[in-house]
Amino acid sequence: MSELIMTTDRERPFDPPDRIAGLGGEAPLHRLTFADGHEGWLVTGYTAARAILADPRFSNRPEYTHPTIPARAEVAEKLRGREFAVPGFFLRMDAPEHTRYRKLLTGQFTVRRMKQLEPRVEEITHARLDAMEAAGKPADLVEQFALPIPSLVICELLGVPYEDRERFQSDSRALLALESGADEVIDAMRSMTGYLYGLIQRKRAEPQDDLISGLVQGGELADDELTGVSFLLLVAGHETTANMLGLGTYALLRNPDQLAAMRDDPSVVDNGVEELLRYLTIIHVGPIRSALEDVEVEGVVVRKGQSVAFSLPVVNRDPARFPGGDSLDLARPAGGHLTFGHGIHQCLGQQLARIEMRIGYPALLRRFPGLRLAVPPEEVPMRTDMSIYGVHRLPVTW
Amino acid sequence: MEIKADTTVCIGAGMCALTVPQVFDQSDEDGTVVLLETSPPAELEDGVRRAVTLCPSGALSIAE
Ligand code: HEM
Ligand code: SF4
Repeated sequence: MSELIMTTDRERPFDPPDRIAGLGGEAPLHRLTFADGHEGWLVTGYTAARAILADPRFSNRPEYTHPTIPARAEVAEKLRGREFAVPGFFLRMDAPEHTRYRKLLTGQFTVRRMKQLEPRVEEITHARLDAMEAAGKPADLVEQFALPIPSLVICELLGVPYEDRERFQSDSRALLALESGADEVIDAMRSMTGYLYGLIQRKRAEPQDDLISGLVQGGELADDELTGVSFLLLVAGHETTANMLGLGTYALLRNPDQLAAMRDDPSVVDNGVEELLRYLTIIHVGPIRSALEDVEVEGVVVRKGQSVAFSLPVVNRDPARFPGGDSLDLARPAGGHLTFGHGIHQCLGQQLARIEMRIGYPALLRRFPGLRLAVPPEEVPMRTDMSIYGVHRLPVTW
Repeated sequence: MEIKADTTVCIGAGMCALTVPQVFDQSDEDGTVVLLETSPPAELEDGVRRAVTLCPSGALSIAE
């Protein structure tokens, strides 16, 4: 067999790359050549993925992990020694360092807290739908709906002025584009941290009723840590749900009976959102972990120092866990998917994302019952070039 | 059924509270799990088992 390298190029928009998907049924772990030549593993099995993601013998610290995507190797090389120094960026920390930051935040993201946000999310959603209707057809659903809703919500929650979006959205695009050069990534990181550092100074001077002000006043974190935490929340909070809303709508438009169920039957919505999360698994590169000691996983020994990459889209179609998982079926019991990860890093914002989608899809489909693509499907530009999958644009009419 | 929750391990992901809100809540302080009920009624036992498998941190356990 020729050597396996990671790819994001797809044959069909909703299915993971054939090359990787084909490994899914075979074995849980496969040898993978990382972009810097490192010989590690790719996980495609569901139980193995859960086991590794929950295992403290695997680290997420950047100095241990190797990049999978060729274009990212140069970035990783240039950032070596620098990226490690982003204080407060707890996604790339292990326990107990990670625990300290996570526990400062989880109180703000509980199921109950997020439920309290529902009326506000509804207001924002309906205001965006009004604006989209007023702007007229055809429209780009990403620009009019999918991106603004999570951006407005996270900005309001964090206390980031939405008027500044052009700056932080172009920075996060540069950070998430797989083809960005090292200098572009470093510039975008600098620009983002500079912006947020300034914002934190303003919150210190004039605290408001928002999450960043609360953290500033809590007094637990230094300004550089606050910057890293805000950075993580801002990028993770709007690019992710935005892509689920965009790609999810596209998937529903291609599956009209499922679309009708999401629109007309409220009892379908909660599980339907889980199924869309599972079927679309927008985190299509990474996570990556590295073994701190030799660990045996389902008959394979991962050696100390070896990196393990996950193909979550393939994991979420593991035939042993989700039989028939290659099709979208809003009635399938989809709970337990790993779209939000697993273990200590499991998505902090997942309850917020759920609320945005549970409100967003039905509201959109009810407002525009005749919603349809305004271009042939092959003209919808897919985000195979970004570390979070989705549609770049979704031209629609109604 | 007896449920045990280890709040030192819990990372506040909220899968428990989402799955069986009658049994699991989360602290407003640090988001960790709060048991509203340590021995749930029979009709909630299936849900509780589901919550235990969904929990990403291994904070929940059951003694039958
Ligand atoms: C559908 C939308 C979303 C998806 C698919 C998603 C996915 C993920 C995944 C897979 C991870 C784990 C990464 C790893 O283990 O390496 C993660 C972590 C994280 N997510 Fe999300 N996410 C979404 C929405 C959000 C939102 C709305 C926020 C807003 C606050 C957010 C904030 C975070 C944070 C802070 C982490 C790091 C948690 C930690 O390291 O403890 N995410 N997300
Ligand atoms: S699901 Fe587990 S980690 Fe999440 S809040 Fe409940 S006990 Fe804690």
